[in-house]
Amino acid sequence: MPSLKDLKIRIDSVKSTRKITKAMQMVAAAKLRRAQEAAENARPYAERMNAVMSRLADSVKGSDTAPKLLAGTGSDQTHLLVVMTAERGLCGGFNSSIVRLARQRIESLQAAGKTVKILTVGKKGREQLKREYGDLFVGHVDLSEVKRIGYENAREITRDILARFDGGEFDVATIYYNTFESVISQIPTEQQIIPASFEESDADATLYEYEPGEEEILEELLPKGVATQIFAALLENGASEQGARMSAMDNATRNAGEMIDKLTIQYNRTRQAVITNELIEIISGAEAL
Amino acid sequence: MADMMQFDLVSPEKRLASFEASEVSFPGAEGNMTAMAGHMPVLTTLRPGTVRVVGADGATEYVVTHGFVEVTADSVSVIAEKAFAREGVSREELQGVLEEARSKAAEAEPEHRDAAEKFVADLVHLIDNMD
Repeated sequence: MPSLKDLKIRIDSVKSTRKITKAMQMVAAAKLRRAQEAAENARPYAERMNAVMSRLADSVKGSDTAPKLLAGTGSDQTHLLVVMTAERGLCGGFNSSIVRLARQRIESLQAAGKTVKILTVGKKGREQLKREYGDLFVGHVDLSEVKRIGYENAREITRDILARFDGGEFDVATIYYNTFESVISQIPTEQQIIPASFEESDADATLYEYEPGEEEILEELLPKGVATQIFAALLENGASEQGARMSAMDNATRNAGEMIDKLTIQYNRTRQAVITNELIEIISGAEAL
Repeated sequence: MADMMQFDLVSPEKRLASFEASEVSFPGAEGNMTAMAGHMPVLTTLRPGTVRVVGADGATEYVVTHGFVEVTADSVSVIAEKAFAREGVSREELQGVLEEARSKAAEAEPEHRDAAEKFVADLVHLIDNMD
C-alpha cells in the first residue's frame, strides 16, 4: 500500500505530464493548420505539372530516344526505397506505419532476388530500419534543422536521387510517406517516382506547339516532376505527422486525466483509512484508561 | 477592350496570381512572346526574365527564373519554379540564384555546359536590367 506522500507525488507527476501532452496537442493543432495550408498551396503547381507531363509522356512514350527517367533503364534489378518519416516521435503510429509498409516491400523484393537500397528522410525511420537493414542504407537526409519544409528541401533530395540514378546505382525508385486523410487517419502510401508513371490522362486532344521540341521540354521537366512529387510527399507527410501527433496527444491527455481521477480516489480512501486508524487508536487508548 | 483570358502564375509553394488578363508577355526559350486571347496552344520553357501581364487594372510584372508556360486559346499558365512579384524582389535574392547557376555551369558536363552558361548569361542580363 503506497503511503499518502507517495500518492501525492504520483498525482503531481501525472498532472504535469498531462500539462505537457495538452500543450503538445495544441502546438500540433496549430502546426497542422499551417501544414495543411502549405499542402493546399502546393496543389495547383503539382496538378498542372502532372497534366503537362502526362500529355508529353503520352506522345514520347513509343520513341527510342525517350529519356531514361520516363522509360526506365530497361531493368528492375535494383530498387531504391526512399522512406520518409518524421524527425520526432510521440506521434502515435505515424512512423511505424510507414516503416511497416517499407519493410514488407523490402522483404518481398528480397524474396524475389532483387537488390534493395534504402535512402531515409527523417531520423525516426532510420532508427527503426537500421537494426535490420543497416547494410542496405545508401544515404540519409536530415531535416531536423528545417523549420518549414520548402521546395528547396525537395530539390536537394531530388538532386541526390538523380545523381545516384545517373550514376547507375538503381533502376527503380519508390517513395514511402503518409497521405493525410484526416486528423485520425493517415494512409501509408508507396509511389513510384522513377521511372515516372502517370495516370492515363483524359486530357483534351489539343495540339500544342512545343518550343523547343517535345523531348527537350520533357528532358527539362522530368527532374522537376520528380522534385514536385517529393515536395508533395514531404508536405503530405508534414500534415500527417501533425495530425497523428494531435490525436496521439489527445489520447494521452485523456488517459492522464483518467489516471489522475483514479489516483485521487485512492488518495482519498487512504487518507480516510489513516484518519479512521488514528481515531480507533485514540478511542481505544481512552477506553483502556 | 480586347478579349480577356485567364492568367495563372503558380510556383511550387503557392499560387502567386490568378486573374483575367488581356495580354501576357514572357521570355520563352526561343525568344520573347506575347500571348493574347485566341493564341494557338503553345508549350514552352522559360528563360530567366520578366513576365508582364496586362490585366483590367493595368500591367503587373513578375520575375521568373526556371519554369514553363502553357498557352491555350483562353488561358495562360506560367508554371515557375521560382517567381517573385517585380516590386518584392531584391537583387540579393536573384544573386543567390545566380551564384548557384554559376557553380552549376562550372561543373556541368560539356554537352550541358552551353545551356547552363546561357542560363547564367540570361540571369546576369535580368539582374542588370532590374532598376
